[in-house]
Amino acid sequence: MNPDATSTDRPSVAFDNQVVEAFKTIPELLSRDEKLIGRGRWLDVECLLGPTVQPFHVTIRSGRILDMTPAPVLMRSWRFAYRATPAAYRAYWQAMPPPGWHDLLALTKRGEATLEGDLHPFMSHLQYFKDLLALPRRSGFGGAS
Amino acid sequence: MSGFVESIVGRYVHVEIDGEINRIYFEENGSGIPLVCLHTAGSDARQWRHLLVDEEFTKQFRIIAFDMPWHGKSNPPDSQYDNEYRLTTATYTATIRAFCEALKLDRPVVMGCSIGGRIVLNLAISHASEFRALIGLEAADFQQPWYDTAWLNRPDVHGGEVCAALVSGLIAPNGPATARDETLWGYKQGGPGIFKGDLYFYRVDGDLRGRVGQIDVRQCPLYLLTGEYDFSCTPEDTLRTAASIPGAKATIMERLGHFPMSENPAQFRASIAPVLQEILSGQNT
Repeated sequence: MNPDATSTDRPSVAFDNQVVEAFKTIPELLSRDEKLIGRGRWLDVECLLGPTVQPFHVTIRSGRILDMTPAPVLMRSWRFAYRATPAAYRAYWQAMPPPGWHDLLALTKRGEATLEGDLHPFMSHLQYFKDLLALPRRSGFGGAS
Repeated sequence: MSGFVESIVGRYVHVEIDGEINRIYFEENGSGIPLVCLHTAGSDARQWRHLLVDEEFTKQFRIIAFDMPWHGKSNPPDSQYDNEYRLTTATYTATIRAFCEALKLDRPVVMGCSIGGRIVLNLAISHASEFRALIGLEAADFQQPWYDTAWLNRPDVHGGEVCAALVSGLIAPNGPATARDETLWGYKQGGPGIFKGDLYFYRVDGDLRGRVGQIDVRQCPLYLLTGEYDFSCTPEDTLRTAASIPGAKATIMERLGHFPMSENPAQFRASIAPVLQEILSGQNT
């Protein structure tokens, strides 16, 4: 990963697809993390998460992902959305992410991610969402650095 | 080892600030040049505990770290409990000067981090002759906000959890896990609205753009050190600030974020040791 890579450096479709496929592993990775599920035990929400090229409608109940369906889904609502460029996820998932690419809100600050909607579920469970969206890092998706 | 007693000593000193006596908690260790350490917004002086027990530094420096009023073991002023806490440049500056005066410190070195780094710049602008050297960690004349501080103090969001979760991203990845946990614990323990009140100084009242050019480092040397993973006060913010102060010395610290002294004490030591040595050498010439 080039730390200087931005959404303006148009990545390939294959690159985008790799990020989308890695994102799809999040429900399975979460199901094996009881501590993280426990942190979200009060969380029930419908939200839109994922890469800008392919976000997902995510249904969370008591911290567990019950459903994750590629958007768009006809007339389905969400309370908040966190969408980041494929390059941003790729950097965020590195074992040692580059400076400025290492946190969800660092990514929004640098314009590589957007946060929209009713932010209460996100802010009241901020560490949960930071750790949830970091899960593919554990499987080494983003590479060493 | 069970039974080991650290050499840090904690005491209270009564300090008059803005016409009212404040009971200020401070910890100290060592002897020599006074080195006063200022904690970050929303936390307390425990952030400095590793520096306070450094065997080499404490041979040359009397290292002192105090909890600002409303933080740690320094309670709010008696008259202020029912008021919204808002730190201002004037009160912050007065607090540091009054604390140094109360302990009769002779031209101390002051080292502050984050809001402590910002106020160090104000000390350099307005009170340089009172200090031997000034060190700003994660310091700049201004930095762009990256979240709405209204989230920090509202009844439907746990203040401790959201404060810690927000700043967790300012810690460099892959540092010591226990140091990260301890750094965040300080944020989980802050009083309601205190982090937000500190950030009033940081974001609203303490904008020093256009003023840092007045700093004369011949009166008082100024050192600025910022972690490469700090996306709040970025390396670019610090370098821009340093570039407008002739003679200011700036260092970008690798594998560190916004809390260098507490998130990775060993890594921080490598950067601060030459600064303290240079201050010592300056005393001998």
